[in-house]
Amino acid sequence: MTRKRQRLYFVVLGLLGFGVGAALVLTAFQDNIVFFFSPSEVTTRHLAPEQRFRVGGLVEAGSLVKNGEDISFSVTDLSSTLKVQYRGLLPDLFREGQGVIAEGRMEPGGVFIASEVLAKHDENYMPREVADALKKSGRWNEGGATQSGMPANNLKPTSTTPASPNTTNP
Amino acid sequence: MHRFANPTQFMRIADAVYPWAAGLSLILFLAGLPIALVTSPPDYQQGETVRIMYVHVSSAWLMMMVYGIVAANSAAFLVWRHPMANLVAKASAPMGAVFTALALITGMLWGQPMWGTFWVWDGRLTSTLILFFLYLGYLALGDAFEDSERGDKAAAILALVGSVNLPIIHFSVEWWNTLHQPSIIKMDGMTVDKSLLLPLFLMMGAFTSYYVAVLVLRLRSELLAAKIRNARMSQVAVNQAAQPAE
Repeated sequence: MTRKRQRLYFVVLGLLGFGVGAALVLTAFQDNIVFFFSPSEVTTRHLAPEQRFRVGGLVEAGSLVKNGEDISFSVTDLSSTLKVQYRGLLPDLFREGQGVIAEGRMEPGGVFIASEVLAKHDENYMPREVADALKKSGRWNEGGATQSGMPANNLKPTSTTPASPNTTNP
Repeated sequence: MHRFANPTQFMRIADAVYPWAAGLSLILFLAGLPIALVTSPPDYQQGETVRIMYVHVSSAWLMMMVYGIVAANSAAFLVWRHPMANLVAKASAPMGAVFTALALITGMLWGQPMWGTFWVWDGRLTSTLILFFLYLGYLALGDAFEDSERGDKAAAILALVGSVNLPIIHFSVEWWNTLHQPSIIKMDGMTVDKSLLLPLFLMMGAFTSYYVAVLVLRLRSELLAAKIRNARMSQVAVNQAAQPAE
């Protein structure tokens, strides 16, 4: 009985210790684990000009300019905005107000030159009719819908985020 | 709880559960697949691609649940030396590895059209890949020792150590910026509309009962194999006793 007790304590303590160790390591490498920076973080971090990184946010409404394959748009986290230039194919989900992650580097002029653009969508899934109904009833916020999928600094889910579609579905 | 450590007791319950689990799985697949793949509405922005979710989320749910079962049974095996717990862990691990592979593959097939890439090294995708390697490591380590009991113990310790990864996978989308979207199951409800939630629940139920049914089958064959091994061993012992070596 005592040996079983001993082994039990050993397993529990071992797991606790290992869990704490993993938590410390993950906290220490926090900056390396985040997949992208928000535009506000880009301005506060003073990244080296040659450093490649990813910036994520929403495509600002009205900022998209397409000239053949040359594309420029602004990425915003609703408090800071970054101008992005890109040449290539955009993912199908790319549109104004949609979440986006661009990889590349800063040009001296403050423009982000992207070599890859990925679309980021949120976790709200619904049929078109429900989305239309939400928009009609004014409970829709295109930016807000994507915000909950954007855990960056200034993109915490707010009250403007549409309620879970379940609760509004007639 | 220790009553179930007895293989006869355990299998009596498992055998009773088997027809229900197998029947439920069959019914849920028959009901869920047509709804999931044909009649449920497409998503407002993802279109028909959203149907991958029904397989992807179900696989991901099982890879997590099965690893939890492997880790809990490994702990019971290490602490109380219950052979049945070890058997459940060993029988579950290959299925968990397959569900993880399914979640990874369906995720890649979904990511390419929606995100624009098959793979990125973000928190969710990377930690899930690590889970896949943990499953493979568990299976390999268990067979890597001459003495099978030492192998079982080493594998059980690996399973326990790896269980730290489960909360990391779950919370990766909340702790860090990721390309992967946050969880659809929240404390205050689901973020998926009812019409898409019904096929999702049907498929998750189908996958889960499938796992339970196949687990019972695997346990049965494992116990039979052990019986045959024991019978052979005692046969050899009897033969040796009858003809003592010169």
